[in-house]
Amino acid sequence: MDLSFVILVEMLYAVSSLILISAGLAVVFGMMKVINLAHGEFMMMGGYATITAVNLGVNIFVAMLVIAPITVGLIGLIVERLVIRHLYGRLVDTMLATWGLSLFFIGLATMIFGNTTTGISTPIPGFAIGNFQINGYNFFIIVVSALLLVGMLAVLKSTRAGLIARGAMQRPDMAAALGYSPNRIYMATFFCGSALSGLAGAVLAPLVGLVPTSGGAYIAKAFITVIAGGPSLIAGLFSSAGLFGVVSQVFTFAISPVIGEVALLVAAVILLRLLPQGITGKFFKGKL
Amino acid sequence: MPGQVHNPGGLQKDLMATVIVTGLLVWLMPMLISTYTLTVLIIYGMLGLSLGLIWGFGGILCFGQAAFFGLGAYSYAIAAINFGESTLPMILAVLVPALVAALLGALMFYGRLTDVYLGVITLVVTLILFKFVNSTAGPQYVIGKARLGGFNGIPGFQTLNVPGRPEAYIWGDAYFYVCAVLLALVFVLVTALLRSSFGRVAVGIRENETRMSLMGYDVRARKTILFAIGAAIAGLAGALFANWGEIVTPSLFSLGQSAEIIIWCIVGGLGTRLGPILGAAGLAYLKFLLGQQSLVDNTLITGLILVLFVLFLPRGIVPAVSDLWQSRIGRGRRSRRPQTRRGAISRERFNG
Repeated sequence: MDLSFVILVEMLYAVSSLILISAGLAVVFGMMKVINLAHGEFMMMGGYATITAVNLGVNIFVAMLVIAPITVGLIGLIVERLVIRHLYGRLVDTMLATWGLSLFFIGLATMIFGNTTTGISTPIPGFAIGNFQINGYNFFIIVVSALLLVGMLAVLKSTRAGLIARGAMQRPDMAAALGYSPNRIYMATFFCGSALSGLAGAVLAPLVGLVPTSGGAYIAKAFITVIAGGPSLIAGLFSSAGLFGVVSQVFTFAISPVIGEVALLVAAVILLRLLPQGITGKFFKGKL
Repeated sequence: MPGQVHNPGGLQKDLMATVIVTGLLVWLMPMLISTYTLTVLIIYGMLGLSLGLIWGFGGILCFGQAAFFGLGAYSYAIAAINFGESTLPMILAVLVPALVAALLGALMFYGRLTDVYLGVITLVVTLILFKFVNSTAGPQYVIGKARLGGFNGIPGFQTLNVPGRPEAYIWGDAYFYVCAVLLALVFVLVTALLRSSFGRVAVGIRENETRMSLMGYDVRARKTILFAIGAAIAGLAGALFANWGEIVTPSLFSLGQSAEIIIWCIVGGLGTRLGPILGAAGLAYLKFLLGQQSLVDNTLITGLILVLFVLFLPRGIVPAVSDLWQSRIGRGRRSRRPQTRRGAISRERFNG
């Protein structure tokens, strides 16, 4: 009984952390068809922003939920203006340029923070269920990613900004004809995507020791989750994160964590072979 | 660009040019750079050429070329420990990656996966290999007499020897000559391949896959074969690298390694044979020089170079220089291939 509860929580946690990791990339890819391979480094910078702010005496929740997203969002804005806006519509070129950016940011972080591991302790204590100890912070991550999904759905579905963004995503020329500049919409979208990456990096920062190359651990998972999710933003994110989270946890509990990771990757290969357009290319068509 | 390899009957001219240039470089370069460093530059050049072939001429963007490089190196190391002689391991180091690539390629191309999805699968396979090899530290992971060693890699295997004589090692300057000759050989083979009908059909597939399949060519099989050939070259480079470094570690499979190969191709020039080789050797040497100072981080500069090239010179150095050359010297010849059309082709290719 206790064990099954622990496994359930771990599975929910795995799914939520995948959602959290992939959300920023999903927004940028789903809306603008830009694959941001510097996504992992945006998360890494979110983590560093949090740790720096906490060390300066800011409350950890303010640092995580406010300062980190805004900092990384602004960095994203600069990147979009300087590099990415010249490359819209050239999928492979944007991938390569953002890969270059990712290396650039790793180098920059190494120069600023040094090639050492930094970290902060989790602000929520763990507690025991029966014979098992559970990390209380896992619940925080589950809650944050649930709120994130609901928030994204609400913004896209029922606000004017969301409507404009969805319109520009479907037909940029029509949106432009109606008087909305796609250029500015893309800029705002990229800001939001980067801010989400920063938020994810910040929220996950207390769980991992942060090094400048931390981003590499996230980018592959995020990339896989988003591509496997397919064209629908939220439905795709939810379904592929759910699938991969459960698969990797089942194998983690049954065999070992390494096999769990490998199982996730193998699942992705099989899934893309069967559904080359991603999950929502076949199911939930036309949903958000 | 494809035009370079199209004029018929020029294979012998190309062969002559390759022999002469290789001879000159092998004679002159050791006066500037130590042969130990030159050897690794040559090996990277071969690795660059392997991706340049499948990406530049076949239009297959592989994010995991490092996987085949690593597989070649590991196949060589494991086989060399087991056999104690280097001839068979060298052959295996070419065959194993080619076989893996043929299987993976069949999985991808018969599933009609394209651009981004291809990228994800090759990236994921590289990651699986990286994670798996990293976790094989325990004594239970043994192939024959060779322990996989996990994070620490495999040291102390038999290095290259004269075929049939395990005690006659090839090392130092002699190894440099072997690598140079092998690269020239691979270069000539790639040239011959691109001149053959297979190569021209591959370029056709890059330009327009649907049209080629409507003309009756089996696009899937041809892409799979090309992918396997690229992997074989990368595997050979891996085996040479293993011999050079005398140790193989999981970092050969890493994403950073894959990124570097892609950067070499972009900087050198896609759709050329020389570009990836020059890009690889040039950037690797630059990295070597930068590694000797600690003012600016190495990764930062690599990243900056990639961004700047994608923004300002997306076709790379070699095509840009040859364009400049042709507009200065050979004005009359340029009319054969109008500038606008070439721009359109490369743009088309980048859009996948």
